[in-house]
Amino acid sequence: MKEFILQTENVSYAYEEGEGLALKGVCLGFRAGEMTAVLGHNGSGKSTLAKLLNGLYIPTEGKVTVCGMDTSDDAHTWDIRKNAGMVFQNPDNQLVASIVRDDVGFGLENIGVPSEEMPARIEKALNAVGMLQFIDRAPHMLSGGQKQRVAIAGILAMQPRALILDEATAMLDPKGRQEVFDIVQRLNREQGITVVWITHFMEEAARCERVIVMHEGRCVMDGTPEQVFTRAEEMRAMRLDVPPMVALGDLLRAKGLPVSREAMDVDAMAREVLKCQ
Amino acid sequence: MLKDITLGQYYPVKSPVHNLDPRIKIILTIAFIVAVFLGSSLWAFFPVAAYIILAALLAHLPLKLLLKGIKPLRIILIFTFLLNLFFNAGETVLVEVWKIRITLEGLLTAIRFSMRLVFLVSGASLLTLTTPPVVLTDGMERLLSPLRKIGFPAHELAMMMSIALRFIPVLLEEADKIMKAQMARGADFESGNLIQRAKSMVPLLVPLFVSAFRRAGDLAMAMEARCYHGGEGRTRLRVMKLTMNDLYACLITVALMVVVALI
Repeated sequence: MKEFILQTENVSYAYEEGEGLALKGVCLGFRAGEMTAVLGHNGSGKSTLAKLLNGLYIPTEGKVTVCGMDTSDDAHTWDIRKNAGMVFQNPDNQLVASIVRDDVGFGLENIGVPSEEMPARIEKALNAVGMLQFIDRAPHMLSGGQKQRVAIAGILAMQPRALILDEATAMLDPKGRQEVFDIVQRLNREQGITVVWITHFMEEAARCERVIVMHEGRCVMDGTPEQVFTRAEEMRAMRLDVPPMVALGDLLRAKGLPVSREAMDVDAMAREVLKCQ
Repeated sequence: MLKDITLGQYYPVKSPVHNLDPRIKIILTIAFIVAVFLGSSLWAFFPVAAYIILAALLAHLPLKLLLKGIKPLRIILIFTFLLNLFFNAGETVLVEVWKIRITLEGLLTAIRFSMRLVFLVSGASLLTLTTPPVVLTDGMERLLSPLRKIGFPAHELAMMMSIALRFIPVLLEEADKIMKAQMARGADFESGNLIQRAKSMVPLLVPLFVSAFRRAGDLAMAMEARCYHGGEGRTRLRVMKLTMNDLYACLITVALMVVVALI
């Protein structure tokens, strides 16, 4: 087993003292190179979890470690944020500079990378997200999906071990969503970056290696997509849907068609159905 | 429509003037403005005009663009001209009708003041036409950074300016969206007198402000997540190096100041 990049040990978090807990005793580990989806209804604590994972929030109780560094230790704050990069929901509110090149360089400037190294790292990061040809453009001329890709490049340039995406596709159109997910998946496979993909889109979760379901501040399910989505009744009880193809598979099996539980997208399901004929 | 606005008036061509160090360009612009005010006789405007034309030629700028910068100023220009023309006490009377008299001194002062305004604006335009806003804020930060020792927030100021530049189009687009949403519900932004129209802006401005604050919160969080911690220990993407061209530009400008001062 590979080492844990991000780890939470019995973490609880309250936004304000005396208020209810947003997270209640969460124990999770994210291993190097893993791509994990975190699902949950609004207010389930999934966004809070994201912000705890790179030290934006410090746990009220328990401990969060990033590459072995405790997030409550001020001495490590910048090392932690450099290693666990974060992409947020709103593409407009996370780009700082009015030119793509400067925006990707923003993180590098902050962590004190020498000026001579910056251009190469910026170009490499933009190339990895397929945005190199937009290097001199202004962010407001780009589409939502392109802006999110620039935001990812800004994180990549810092060479992080982990990428936390907090509903990064929630404000995008279907095409932009697909674009961003594909790029993150490729980064995970090709560069071995650990990915925590927070979402409420089931189709995206179905394409990750591991799915975690949060409910009322607790982690209630943790397993492969197959393991999690077969518990359809429990999912619905938490006001979460299963991916449409999983629901279809259940219906087909109930009618006696032996389709595999692993068919979670349209193409795989089509192949399964053809096999049955 | 709003998506296509370009910020500032940067004219993107490659030229020796574009490539000058932004710090030098800012200082030279200030020096040029001083030179414009240094001259006391009208003859002093000839070298000033020659300087600006030379700079525009070297920058491959169409002169039309410089003149375009002066256009919004025409009302102030006419006003300044007339004010100086009529209300200047002078000896040599040129024309006198009823109580209005135009003197030679008045005419000369009027010309001088209008010329100064024209050159002031074209000098500033020359800077903004040849320097992208990001580079300009960068240059300003570096020029002002020695003042950090006495507590002047040079980095913070430049950061604020560049964030403002980034968010002008975002907020414009949002204002447009809110305006259309309110118009769809029957809001009227166009008719009525000035006070009524100002009042009708309230349903536009309130949501705009609320969202601007929310954006500011989001942005602060995103900046922190990308390790932003003020100007301390920050390196810069843009390396600024002085070249021989910067030296030549300085020499030409100093020459201009000397010539103007002598005339």
